[in-house]
Amino acid sequence: MASTEIARQAGEGARAVPLSGHVGFDSMPDQLVNKSVNHGFCFNILCVGETGLGKSTLMDTLFNTKFEGEPTQHNQPGVTLKSNTYELQESNVRLKLTMVNTVGFGDQINKEDSYKSIVEFIDAQFEAYLQEELKIKRTLHSYHDTRIHACLYFIAPTGHSLKSLDLVTMKKLDSKVNIIPIIAKSDAISKSELAKFKIKITSELVSNGVQIYQFPTDDESVAEINSTMNSHLPFAVVGSTEEVKIGNKMVKARQYPWGTVQVENENHCDFVKLREMLIRVNMEDLREQTHTRHYELYRRCKLEEMGFKDTDPDSKPFSLQETYEAKRNEFMGELQKKEEEMRQMFVQRVKEKEAELKEAEKELHEKFDRLKKLHQDEKKKLEEKKKALDDEVNTFKQKKTAAELLLNQAQQAGGSTTLKRDKERKNFF
Amino acid sequence: AQCFEFPLPCYSSPISFSFINHLVDFSYVGIDAILEQMRRKAMKQGFELNIMVVGQSGLGKSTLMNTLFKSKVSRKSVLATSQEKIPKTIEIKSISHDIEEKGVRMKLTVIDTPGFGDQINNENCWQPIMKFINDQYEAYLQEEININRKKRIPDSRVHCCIYFIPPTGHCLRPLDVEFMKRLSKVVNIVPVIAKADTLTLEERDFFKKKIREELRSNGIDVYPQKEFDEDAEDRMINEKIREMIPFAVVGSDQEYQVNGRRLLGRKTKWGTIEVENIAHCEFAYLRDLLIRTHMQNIKDITSSIHYEMYRVRRLNESNTAVTQANGIPEHHLSAHEM
Repeated sequence: MASTEIARQAGEGARAVPLSGHVGFDSMPDQLVNKSVNHGFCFNILCVGETGLGKSTLMDTLFNTKFEGEPTQHNQPGVTLKSNTYELQESNVRLKLTMVNTVGFGDQINKEDSYKSIVEFIDAQFEAYLQEELKIKRTLHSYHDTRIHACLYFIAPTGHSLKSLDLVTMKKLDSKVNIIPIIAKSDAISKSELAKFKIKITSELVSNGVQIYQFPTDDESVAEINSTMNSHLPFAVVGSTEEVKIGNKMVKARQYPWGTVQVENENHCDFVKLREMLIRVNMEDLREQTHTRHYELYRRCKLEEMGFKDTDPDSKPFSLQETYEAKRNEFMGELQKKEEEMRQMFVQRVKEKEAELKEAEKELHEKFDRLKKLHQDEKKKLEEKKKALDDEVNTFKQKKTAAELLLNQAQQAGGSTTLKRDKERKNFF
Repeated sequence: AQCFEFPLPCYSSPISFSFINHLVDFSYVGIDAILEQMRRKAMKQGFELNIMVVGQSGLGKSTLMNTLFKSKVSRKSVLATSQEKIPKTIEIKSISHDIEEKGVRMKLTVIDTPGFGDQINNENCWQPIMKFINDQYEAYLQEEININRKKRIPDSRVHCCIYFIPPTGHCLRPLDVEFMKRLSKVVNIVPVIAKADTLTLEERDFFKKKIREELRSNGIDVYPQKEFDEDAEDRMINEKIREMIPFAVVGSDQEYQVNGRRLLGRKTKWGTIEVENIAHCEFAYLRDLLIRTHMQNIKDITSSIHYEMYRVRRLNESNTAVTQANGIPEHHLSAHEM
């Protein structure tokens, strides 16, 4: 890579000129490093693995500290990701370390969707960076990078082969993040079984086309150690924060009745190799691969999905901006249309309700009219009856007056008449 | 291979509550190995530096470039013409070189502006230069917004513009003021007093004071700009520099024997001026500033401030153009005046 770099530069019209004295730009790497030191570094690790594989313990062992948290329960309904950020400092280097743990991975009965929340999380970090990059007023140099730089995949120490969940998950993640597979709790496997296990795992990964992270071998100073380490993947690790006295030193170890597994002993496990590769040799390369490969891939796919294209140089100016504007207007138009539809639907409903209410009102009116009419009829009848009664009373009164009159006349006409009448009456009887 | 076992005390800053943790154990993790990793990466990739030189012809621009980089990097050295004709209009000529020192590779591009200030009527002579600088920003922006973009976007942006002030000894000329006023807004300007061997020390101090006053009164911010000082330490260092600019320089690519040593200098009948002797001229300060201490800072200010400003302006411009086309009223700021 170094040679092609020079060739490219030379090819672009630059000529190599010799210097006749000390200029001083050999201090550039120092200037660059100083700037980065002042700025601080950040590194984000994602731990994927079933509950109980010792992820938290391994992280504590790697970074020599007790990160907070209690062991998770096994009854999570789905896979969630929990992330914690810590600030570590060693000599003059400040590191903002973010550890993301998968909670509940592999615990469900149906694990078909287990990988989804992990993929979504990784994509969300890329998206956040992309959003910042696309902003008009942006602050990229002070942006807290949350993109995942390394994914440690914990394989259960069954000794046989990878689980199908492992294969499926790793296949989904290999184009989004640097995967470093490790065999967890490897003190449960014997040395001979371990060798077979590693070979099986590697061949399964290859035959399924899973791209795990390869330590870079293009830089001569680290090519040798990196290629050796590549052949030791996956690393069989043991984690422990407890210390045991061996000889006259306190070392991190796990103590069993039949012996003590020393974490930092390369004959016992690959912990030292993992630490060497992850932190001391390739941290910067992991960050670079994340930015130049995984992030670029995400960005390309996302922009193409949103409808942007790299047009030819003539119509180049801000195809991004114009397309964005066009899409925004399209979206606004749709929004307005939807709004209009909703408004119309609302108006419709109101009309219907209004009609219903009017109907009801009408009915009520009719009822009222009917009742009123009934009432009037009744009233009329009553009046007629009253009239009839009055008439009767009048007639009666008339008859009464007439009768009285007759009586008076009869009395006046003579008592005889009455006597006569009486006699007649008596005779009659 | 690199396992250190000695204990290193580690502290953490007593700031926040929710996510700061303390390193209680005293073993070595190896986080600081990242510095070495970064250094390796930088050495492998190499660096780029683009310097522009602006000034009337005859002020020693090419010689100064050759002196700064101790090799024939100037345009004249590369495109050797027997007669140097003053062009009728300003031309922008850039030449790139690959230089290497102690394993550090650098692609140095020197951008020359022959014809600047040489006409009878020099109105708007800064325009081609402004255009060139903005074109470089534009090229970078275009590459950056591509969907398929290069792994390393080639950086042709002008990191630093050295402006040559003729050693009149009095004050800045209107051309100087106009140029620096406009260009200090888009690029880092480092003004220097050219051919300073014609000024005595007193004349030089007087001239510098006058220049600084004029820069201040015209609101011209030259590098290192006060507003971009990062912290107190930065400010302290930069204040010292600001009290010394513009540097009075003398350039030479000829070596002479002085007191048994071979030094770069200019030989006259009355003595030899040693270019790298700070008692004679301030070339060494300029070299230290530009190359040995502030090179990264100059590039950072170009990329995170000047370029970003250009980008904001450009994106807003395009935004208003599109919104106007759609009949939506615009509320954006108008474009930066040239």
